[in-house]
Parts: sequence; C-alpha cells; structure tokens
Amino acid sequence: MLEIWQGIQAAFWLIVTFDADLYEIAARSLFVTCSAVAIAALVGLPLGAWLAVSRYRFRRFVIAMLNALMGLPPVVVGLVVYLMLSRSGPFGVMGLLFTPWAMIIAQVIILTPLIASIAHQSIRDLWAEYHDLLISLNTTRSQRIKTLLWDSRRALLTAALAGFGRGIGEVGAIMIVGGNIDHVTRVMTTAIALETSKGDFALAIGLGFVLIGLAIAVNLALHVLSGTEVRDRW
Amino acid sequence: MIRSILTAAALFASASTLAADTLKMAVTTSFHNSGLSEILLPEIQKDIGLEVQLIVVGTGQAIRLGEAGDVDAILVHSRKAEEAFLEGGFGTHRREIMYNDFVLVGPSDDPAKIAGVETAKEALTAIAVNEAPFASRGDDSGTHKMELALWNTAGIDDTKRGTSWYNEAGAGMGATLNTAAGLNAYVLTDRASWLNFGNKQSLTLLFSGDPVLFNQYAFLPVNPEMHPHVKHDLAMNLENWLTSARAAELINSYTINGETLFTFNAEQMLKAAE
Repeated sequence: MLEIWQGIQAAFWLIVTFDADLYEIAARSLFVTCSAVAIAALVGLPLGAWLAVSRYRFRRFVIAMLNALMGLPPVVVGLVVYLMLSRSGPFGVMGLLFTPWAMIIAQVIILTPLIASIAHQSIRDLWAEYHDLLISLNTTRSQRIKTLLWDSRRALLTAALAGFGRGIGEVGAIMIVGGNIDHVTRVMTTAIALETSKGDFALAIGLGFVLIGLAIAVNLALHVLSGTEVRDRW
Repeated sequence: MIRSILTAAALFASASTLAADTLKMAVTTSFHNSGLSEILLPEIQKDIGLEVQLIVVGTGQAIRLGEAGDVDAILVHSRKAEEAFLEGGFGTHRREIMYNDFVLVGPSDDPAKIAGVETAKEALTAIAVNEAPFASRGDDSGTHKMELALWNTAGIDDTKRGTSWYNEAGAGMGATLNTAAGLNAYVLTDRASWLNFGNKQSLTLLFSGDPVLFNQYAFLPVNPEMHPHVKHDLAMNLENWLTSARAAELINSYTINGETLFTFNAEQMLKAAE
C-alpha cells in the first residue's frame, strides 16, 4: 500500500519537474497509439459501415469473426508481426523491426477489428432507421455509407476512443516488436513493465498514474473539441 | 496543438533512424537489471560516438535475435548456447568481457538451512528434500540454464521437482525476483541483479562462493557473411571499447552499497577479429 502513496508522489514530482524522459516516453506513447488509431479508423470505420449496409453470403459468419477478432491477443499479434518484420522474415529488408513504425503496425492490426466492430454495431442500428429513406431517395451505396458515417459520428468517436484505450494501455505486442529500447521505442507501458521488473514499484506505479492521467486528458480534450455535452445538447 | 505534438513526436521517432552510428545489441536481463548498462552506454556515446540500443531479453531470445540478424551483436552468459551460436555460423567470434557469480537467495529464516552448507549441490539438495518453495526463471535464459545444470549435478531431475514447491516463473530476472519475494521462495540469481533489486522484502543472500557458480559474460558480433546488413564495423568498435582499459575501470569500479558487481576479464592483447 505504501508504494501506491509513493507512486502518487513520484508521479507528481515527475510532472512538476518536467522530467525530460517522462515527457519523451509519454509523447512517444501518444504518437504510436494516435497514429495507430488514425490508420485503424481510416480502415475500420468505412469497413464497419460497408458491412452494415451490404448484403452478402455468410454475413453472420463474417460479423461473428469480426467481433471475435476484437479479442485478438496482443502478444500473438506481436509475435506474428515480429516474424514478418524480422530480418529472416518476408519484410525484413525494410528494417522496420525495433522502430516505432513496427509498434504502429502491430497496434493497427489489434485496433482495426475493434474499431470496425463497434462502428458496425452503431451503424447497423442507424441503418435500420434510415433504410427506407435512403432507398427511396435512390442513393448509391457510397452515398449511404457517407451519410451513415456522418450521422453516427458520435458513436464513431466512441469507437475511436475505445481503440485509443486499448492501444495506449497495450504492452504485449509493442514489447516484442519495439524491444523497449531507451530513447527509441520505450513507451509508458513498457517503461512500467521495466520498472516493475527492477522491483521499483513506486516509480512503476507513478508512471501508471501518469498514463491514466494521459488517457483522461486525451478523452477530455476530444470531447471538448467535438463540442459534446454542452447545455441542452446531447 | 495535437498536430504540433505529433510533429514533435514524429521528429524524434525518425531521429534514431537519421543518426549515423547506432548499433542494436541484445543483452541479458541480468546485465541490464544490474544497472551497469546505464553507466556504460553514456560513456560509449561520449568516447566513440556510438549509440548502443539495447534490446533486453533472456539469453535464449537474445541468441534467436542474433541468428535472425535482427541485432548487430549480443552480450550473453551461457557458454554452451554461445558455442552452438558460433558453430551455426551466426557469429564471427566470442569475446569474454567480464564475470560475476550466481548466488542463492531465499527467505531470511532459511527453512532448508542452506546458509551453512559447503557446495551449491548440497544447497539445492537441501531445498528439494525440505520441499522449500523455489522460484525458477523457466525462460531458457543463461541463469535458467545454469540452474538446470545445478539441479542435474545434484541428481534432482525434472520429475523430482514437484510443482508443490518448484515454481517456474517464465520471466526475466527482475520479474522472477518479484515472484520469489511474493512467495518467500529460494531463487538462483546473478549477484548484480540481486544487489540492484528494489523489492527484496524478507529475502536475503544465503549461499555463494562455490566455483561452479562462476558467471562469464561474453560479446558476440553477428556474422556479416550470414546477414550482410549488420553493422559489423560498429560492433568491432564497440568490442574494442568494451575490452579497453577505460571499460575495465568503469566495470570494476561499479559498486552498489560498497559491493563490486562485475569483474573485468577481457584479454587485452587478443587479436580482435579473424
């Protein structure tokens, strides 16, 4: 229990003294996860919408698979991406292993099914509502997808934030493909794992509090920027 | 604002790839957890302008990374595995750098009474006979290989190590020490990791000094004939530095609570590369 109190103190001092290492790894955490969320949203949101408005064979099976992939184990994704990017693997010549780019690739694979699946759920409900209207207006499929994406933007923000939440706290995959190299691929979660392995629980939990604070700050900032929950709006 | 943060982040994400002299080296968790790397790396950067990027893993995984060509050199401590690495043609040569020793750590009330015994063999036998809790690395690392070899010499094989007292953590040195502290169990660790470990709880150093517990660290550059992209020249620069008088001084003078952690033993006049 003492460590938790010491952790709060450690977090406080790290922040107020502008600890350069802390700000560096926090910025890198944000960079990796925000990039991964952006790419995963670019792929996952239209994919979710397309799956909702289209009718095709094995639709139930495809949706079930997508939902199952939400639970992709990060450590397995990390291992597969490692084998792909390793110098002995198919993409080894690109030299991406143990760089932030490898970490982004791994997180995109983890986050895309999650974002696509949540997007699909909310767009499916909206599609049931809009179906007759959009059909009667004789819209093309891409017009329908665009309309549905725009009108369910709040739910899609939630999808992106869920992706951000999973990415920023993820350690299994990025530890393997990033290697936790100081000043290159060390991020908040791998730094916490490292301090824990050193038995320095106070610093580890201090970093943990900073990470939680970071997640709260990002969520708050996005809600403020998107102008939600203002007066009588919802 | 978010954009400027991202730009800044992108700058330092690419900074490492732009810097001319960087070398990737896989090292054992025991080397890194000892804290020595934090002393040596800034000096290496200062003296030869080389940024050494450490990938901290067990010896087993370090050797796999070297075989795959994902790192430029490895620094490990398991002679048999190192020799197999060289026989496979994955490394150019093996250069001994420094040594320390393995120690047996355990609960301070010492239920198996290993504090007074003469040899590591007797100590392990006492732990097994008393079925006192023991935490093993279980991760194919150098320390784990040493531990298994010790069990074998004591004649206590796999089947005789009951799961009721023998716990395989499957983790690095620090994580295994955390496990041992939590279980109040005996554990084999290198001296350096033990001295630098912050969560000792009621664990204490109980047995050391048997010559079989000698722990040699060696540097092995990855073979550029096998993997043409590896930075062999830089690995050789690093090796020259690691075997220099400057490194000897830094390694020998690294102490925690007045105790020396590593002893430098590279042969100075050895011809560096064939």
